[in-house]
Amino acid sequence: MIQFNHVSKRYAQGHDALKDVNFTLATGEMAFLTGHSGAGKSTLLKLIMLMERPSAGQIQVGEQQLNALGRRDIPYLRRSIGVVFQNHQLLFDRSVFDNILLPLQISGFAPDDAARRVRAALDKVGLLTKEKMSPLALSSGEQQRIGIARAIVHKPKILLADEPTGNLDPQLSAEIMQLFTQFNRVGTTVLIASHDIALIRSMGRRVLTLQSGRLLSDG
Amino acid sequence: MDKKRGAVRVQPTPKPVAEPKGPRGAEHHHIDRKGHSDNWRRHHVDVCKSALRKLLTTPVASAMTIAVLAIALTLPGFLFSALDNMRTIATGWEGETRISLYLQPSLSDADADRFGRQLMLRDDIAAIDMISREQGLREFARISGFSDVLDTLSDNPLPAVVVLMPTATSTKDLGLLRASFEALPEVDEAVLDMEWLQRLQAIMGLASRAVYVLGVLLGLTVLLVIGNTIRVAIESRRDEIVVSKLVGATDAWVRRPFLYTGFWYGLIAALVAWVSIQAAWLMLEQPVEQLAQLYRSHYQLQGLGLMGSLWLFICSVLLGWAGAGLAVHRHLRDIEPQ
Repeated sequence: MIQFNHVSKRYAQGHDALKDVNFTLATGEMAFLTGHSGAGKSTLLKLIMLMERPSAGQIQVGEQQLNALGRRDIPYLRRSIGVVFQNHQLLFDRSVFDNILLPLQISGFAPDDAARRVRAALDKVGLLTKEKMSPLALSSGEQQRIGIARAIVHKPKILLADEPTGNLDPQLSAEIMQLFTQFNRVGTTVLIASHDIALIRSMGRRVLTLQSGRLLSDG
Repeated sequence: MDKKRGAVRVQPTPKPVAEPKGPRGAEHHHIDRKGHSDNWRRHHVDVCKSALRKLLTTPVASAMTIAVLAIALTLPGFLFSALDNMRTIATGWEGETRISLYLQPSLSDADADRFGRQLMLRDDIAAIDMISREQGLREFARISGFSDVLDTLSDNPLPAVVVLMPTATSTKDLGLLRASFEALPEVDEAVLDMEWLQRLQAIMGLASRAVYVLGVLLGLTVLLVIGNTIRVAIESRRDEIVVSKLVGATDAWVRRPFLYTGFWYGLIAALVAWVSIQAAWLMLEQPVEQLAQLYRSHYQLQGLGLMGSLWLFICSVLLGWAGAGLAVHRHLRDIEPQ
C-alpha cells in the first residue's frame, strides 16, 4: 500500500531529513514509526501526503506513483488518506459535527448521506452525544478523538497519525491506540509516528525506527 | 413517492456505482455522475448563501466596505447618465439646425422669390422660410426700435434672406451643404447656425473623455478595495484553508467562498449605487423641468435607464469577482499546510 524506494529528502537549508529510506507497508498492515524528535518521522508522513516532495527516490501510495502526480492531483491523493495530527487541527469556529463533516463536504457527499457518516464516525470514537458542542468545550483526549473521527469519516484506505498520543496520559493513549487497532482490523492500513517506546512495545506490531534520517531497524 | 404504509415494503433504491475513473484517490466513494453534478450545484448554492451570511455577521465592517464601493460606483454612474442626458439634449438641438442664405443685394425681389421656389424642390431641404427685403426691414425696425432712423434711409440696406432647414444632421454633411449653397450665384453668404453646437460637442467630447478616465480610476478603486477586503478575509480564515487542504480540498474549492464574497460585495454595492444615482436624478427633476420651461421645452430627465442599470450591475459584479480573484490568486497559494 505504501512503498518507499531509496527516498531522500533534503530541505532547502541543506539539512538532510531522510537518507535513502526503503520500506514497504502491505495493504491492511499496521506499523509504528519511531525515533527521536528530528529523526525524520514527520517528514516521512509529509512525503506520503505530498505536503513535501522527495529530493530523490520513488514513493508509491496505493496504485499511484507520487512523483507522477502534479499539483492538481494532490487533493485527490489526500482524500484517500486519513490523517491524525498531534495538535488535532480542529476548527474552533464550528461544532464537532461540522468539523467531522468537512472532508465529506470537500469530497462532495450528499448532505443526508454525509450526516449519517458523521454520526457513524462519532459513534466509533464514542462521542456521539457531543456532536453539537464546540471542540473548545472538550478535553484534549476528546479533541484527539474528534480528530480521529474526522480522519476516518470518509473511510480512507490509509490512516496516518503523527504523535496522536503526544499530549495524553497513558490511559487515554492506550484508548486511542485501541481505536487505531479497530480501524486496522477492518482493513485500513495504519502508520503511526510516535516516540512513546513503551506504548509501541505494548502493541506488538511492526516498528520502523528512524535515526537522523536513516531507517535503522525494520521489524 | 407515495407514503403508503402497511404491507407494502419499500425497497431502497439501488445506489448506482460510479465507473472507476483511473487511479484517482476518491474512486471508492461511489458517487455517480448525476449525483456528483447535483452535489456540485448544491455546493455552489450553499457557498453562495454562506458567503452572504458571513457578510451579514459583521454588519458594520461590511457596510463600511459597501459604502466605499457604492460611492466609487455612484460617481461615474451619475456622470455617465448626465452625459447621456446632455447628448439627448444636443441631438434635439441639432434637429433644429438652420442655414441662412443671404442673397446678393443686387437680386430683385422677383428673382429672390423664384430662387426660393427652386430651393423648395430639393430633397435635402425640409423647410424654407423666405424673408424678403421689405419683411427684413420691418422685422428689424420692430425688434431694434430704430424705426425712426430707418425711415430716414432712402434705400433698404438689407438683403433678402432664405432660412432653410436641411434634412442632414451630421456636422460634416451640414458643412458640405453650406459650401454648396455659398457657391450658388444668387447667394452672397451662407451661414450655418451651429458653431456654438460644435463648441458644445467639443466640450462634451472632452467631458466624456474625463468621465471615462474617472470611471476607470474608480473602477480600479473598487477592484482594489474588494481585493484588500478579501485578502483580510483569507488571512482570518487561514486555519480553515490549511485544514481543508489537508483533507483534500482542491484550489477551486478553497477559492469558491471568497469569489462569492466578492460577487456579493459587487452586487450589493451596485444596488446601493443604483439607488443613490436614481435618488440624485429624482432630486434634480424639478429644477431641470423649470429650466426647460424657460427654454420652452418639455425635456424629461432620464435616469440610468435599463441599459445603464444593467451596465452598472454587470461592471460592479465583475469588478467584485475579479478583485476577489486577484486576492485569492495572490494569497491562497502561499497558504499551504506545513
